[in-house]
Amino acid sequence: MGITVKDVEHVANLARLDLSEQETEQFTGQLNAILQYADKLNELETTGVEPTSHVLPLFNVMRDDEVHVSLSIEEVLANAPEEEDGQFKVPAVFE
Amino acid sequence: MSLLNKFETVVGLEVHVELHTRSKIFCGCSTSFGAPPNTHTCPICLGHPGVLPVLNRQAVEYAMKAAMAINCEVAEWCKFDRKNYFYPDSPKAYQISQYDQPIGQNGWIDIEVNGATKRIGITRLHLEEDAGKLTHIDGGLGSLVDFNRVGTPLLEIVSEPDIRSPEEAKAYLEKLKAIMQYCNVSDVKMEQGSLRCDANISLRPHGQEQFGTRAELKNMNSFRGVLRGLEYEQLRQADILENGGLVLQETRRWDEGQGRTISMRGKEEAHDYRYFPDPDLVRIHIDEEWRSRVRDSIPELPDARQARYVEEYGLPSYDAGVLTASMKLADFFEDSLRFTSDAKASANWIMGELLAYLNANGLELEDVKMTGQGLGEMIALIGKGTISTKIAKTVFKGMVETGKSPQQIVEEQGLVQISDEGAILSIVDAVIAANPQSVEDFRNGKDKAIGFLVGQIMKETKGKANPGLVNKLLTDRLKG
Repeated sequence: MGITVKDVEHVANLARLDLSEQETEQFTGQLNAILQYADKLNELETTGVEPTSHVLPLFNVMRDDEVHVSLSIEEVLANAPEEEDGQFKVPAVFE
Repeated sequence: MSLLNKFETVVGLEVHVELHTRSKIFCGCSTSFGAPPNTHTCPICLGHPGVLPVLNRQAVEYAMKAAMAINCEVAEWCKFDRKNYFYPDSPKAYQISQYDQPIGQNGWIDIEVNGATKRIGITRLHLEEDAGKLTHIDGGLGSLVDFNRVGTPLLEIVSEPDIRSPEEAKAYLEKLKAIMQYCNVSDVKMEQGSLRCDANISLRPHGQEQFGTRAELKNMNSFRGVLRGLEYEQLRQADILENGGLVLQETRRWDEGQGRTISMRGKEEAHDYRYFPDPDLVRIHIDEEWRSRVRDSIPELPDARQARYVEEYGLPSYDAGVLTASMKLADFFEDSLRFTSDAKASANWIMGELLAYLNANGLELEDVKMTGQGLGEMIALIGKGTISTKIAKTVFKGMVETGKSPQQIVEEQGLVQISDEGAILSIVDAVIAANPQSVEDFRNGKDKAIGFLVGQIMKETKGKANPGLVNKLLTDRLKG
């Protein structure tokens, strides 16, 4: 049971991606290939191993509450496709 | 109302509280309010590739403190997850939040509605980052994005569906606000968005155990908005159910101007957030030492303070509740008591004159210069007979408007009460001589006439004559 065309359409819709039929087919195949590769992990014997959310043996990596200098407005907007009044301009969204 | 009598309203609130750390939750950008757009941003909060968020310790401690203050169990271990959604207010296309291991769970707070205390359960409290601010340009030409707010640490506090009316919802929100204010973890200003509230509301026939279909209400930006939004929505749903219709499970927006809720179509499918643990942020371990250190930093909370006012100062529970609903007001009250021992008088001035003044002018306590010390000293002046209660109102007005001390106002405006018998007596005699008709009326049994004469004497003295003395001397003269 891998990824179906329906799954790809659903995820594309959530990501606001407009995929052609051909792209949907193509990504379904590619995503399945990736999942199959990751499936190799299922071959490992994990009986008795506690589930974990993180693989690093670290916890409580934190910083003090100190303010640092932010970017200049020019740097902030350097990659903005469009800008207006110091803000990023994006296609209209409605609530 | 008869329509509502047929159904029971069930409400659960989801409250967001912005923590007032100096810097953001995962980077060093400032969290201060009102800066020019996008000037408090960096590669981390802008979600540039390859950056590494690092957790702000203060945000975790505030969250622990808040969780404990609302009686939550604080997790020994917890983690952050990515909540995936695609919307321009989130530059990363995910929000860092907590999914299955919130920092706090299973809490409660007590609220008071119509004199009865009710316990409202709290499902969970978790830590997350705030999103950016969108401004929609007129004519649908586009939207502008300001990312200053992205990464401001936020608490999300989710209640159990224990709330049964809009009034209970408002009381819950007010109590939660007070607790957060006492804990000093947030500015909790609804008008600035540092306290925000969404509601799930459904109706069911009385006696039915199963919940009805709920609507999620958003955009209630004031306490009054929460009350009105829920009142509108319960009527809307009652009307649908009464007419045999079905309530849709949907998100609705409260429109303050139109006074109604409006369906937000299209928000539904987005409720597939595909949470997974954020690999950039390692787990949090809260050991006993850390837990108890934070617990020790929690001050006396509103309920305890209210009980103490009843116990220590003999105030009615209602008065104590009003004073302690805001920490600043309670502090003001206690400041006044360093200068007068008359707690009830202080409570009356605060609940009467002070709150009336603030409400009438749309002000907060911190907007006026008057201090608790000033109020305490003024009450002491009344106690000593230096000023009358009537004159005190003038003094109070001066204090609240200028912040001057009561002594200064009394001196500057010459408001010292006249308590010299000889001085008052000569005015009494003059007024009696000038108003023979009233004197006649009084002697003929019209007790009311004395009020007129007292008024004339007060007028002569610009209200400064000691009223007790005036009454005594006038009565003596008239009967003598």
